Amino acid sequence: MRDVAVIGIGLTKFGELWDQSFRQLTAEAGSKAILDSGVGGKDIDAMYVGSMSSGRFVGQEHVGALVADASGFSHLHIPSTRVEGACASGSLALREGYLSIASGVNDVAVIGGIEKMNDVGGSAATETLATAADQEWEAFFGVTFPGLYAMIAKRHMHEFGTTKEDLARVAVKNHQNGAKNPFAQYQKEISMNTALNATPVAEPLGLMDCSPVTDGAAAVVLCAADRIGDFSGKPVKIIGSGQASDTLSLHGRRDITTLDASVHAGKMAYEQAHLKPSDINIAEVHDCFTIAEICAIEDLGFVKKGEGGKAVENKITTIDGSLPVNTSGGLKSKGHPVGATGVAQIVEITKQLRGEADKRQVKDARIGLAHNVGGSGATCVVHILEGM
Amino acid sequence: MPKDVPRFWREIQQRYNMMGNKCGSCDRVYFPPRESCPYCRRESMGKMEKIKLSGKGEIITYTIIHVGPEEFEEQVPYPVAIIQLEEGPKITAQIVDYNIDELKIGMKVESEFRKIQQDGSTGAIYYGYKFKPVK
Repeated sequence: MRDVAVIGIGLTKFGELWDQSFRQLTAEAGSKAILDSGVGGKDIDAMYVGSMSSGRFVGQEHVGALVADASGFSHLHIPSTRVEGACASGSLALREGYLSIASGVNDVAVIGGIEKMNDVGGSAATETLATAADQEWEAFFGVTFPGLYAMIAKRHMHEFGTTKEDLARVAVKNHQNGAKNPFAQYQKEISMNTALNATPVAEPLGLMDCSPVTDGAAAVVLCAADRIGDFSGKPVKIIGSGQASDTLSLHGRRDITTLDASVHAGKMAYEQAHLKPSDINIAEVHDCFTIAEICAIEDLGFVKKGEGGKAVENKITTIDGSLPVNTSGGLKSKGHPVGATGVAQIVEITKQLRGEADKRQVKDARIGLAHNVGGSGATCVVHILEGM
Repeated sequence: MPKDVPRFWREIQQRYNMMGNKCGSCDRVYFPPRESCPYCRRESMGKMEKIKLSGKGEIITYTIIHVGPEEFEEQVPYPVAIIQLEEGPKITAQIVDYNIDELKIGMKVESEFRKIQQDGSTGAIYYGYKFKPVK
């Protein structure tokens, strides 16, 4: 297998972008990444696009070709493939591009992630997100997507004594980070009081435990490591890539509080990178809900099962802690345009490993991990990156 | 959720009668029924036997939904739980006829046949199971 590097990154502002279309967002992120990488259109062998539900959010399927077209590559006939795995669509697209280069088929691939969620109303967005759950055996009976994570939280509290304060601390920490990110949807800090007294959504989760509905796009350019000298982009190497799946329904899982797919995808990436969890300097994890960040740091082996809440309380995961988590603001504060999220995580890790994260910069960050989840844990993708 | 009668009709056996199935190779019970047992795979092919579940179990975890899907908006706030059935499978369902102070993990519950949702004011009514505390 060949080594692969990220040589270009691009991001749009995340938020409620009423004046920008699906096509504009994807072209903006893509062209930023391509310019950053120094590759030309004719160097690009393939494109992979992550989008969870463009069909329901903007009534448009066939977005692999659309993204290539919107990016100005229709006349080059670059093969472009859309990849879907609910909220993990972005990192699945990244992994497909990675595999295509590692295998030797392609040298340069552009990866895009996009979701335009605010063209539909709130209840339509909620219903669309619920399609990531089991429609026939979960959603039919009235459980919402926040409801599934609320049941993980309730069980976590029951087994390990995790508290609502522990959950609130995740939101407060991620908003502190997001306040320093000019691309974030919510660039402001929140207080513990605000987090704890927010409107209930699905008990024990309140509004401040939930990531928002977001428009946004992200893109990266991947290149075979033996060809990075041909381009000007500052490279960061992908040293581990893992992916795993589990039952679509939460109730079908071995354990309610463990995302086994996270555990397995993590193991796969660690083994490939010849690293252990303690070797990781920074991580972007899938905090679609505050409890998800607590489960993620446990399932990825950063702390023991049940000690995620304590880790947040002890400030291990803040920017100046021993393992900064979600320096971008995470899904909670940066925003969660579902198909874009996995790619945006790679953008943040690359910025950190290049030393370009400005006020969020973690000192001496050399190895970073990105963790992206689809549904309530049926798909999980983990990537480990190393600064060069 | 898109409404279509055939899709619901196919699930009537399971949703009305709690019909699951059991692997003839390892005796594990599944609900909803599976085409094969994930543990025995090819050994279970053709050996999955239909079984009617007792509908009795206990709450493993639950939530109280305050922001519900459109079809459930009139019912908020309402509890939804994951219930482990006596026979082993875990399932997701609403809890009804409960006293809020009694609602807790470990509570024994039993299934009831109830209306789940309706496709508008003139469309099909979808039935299924909800669970209530065992008195």
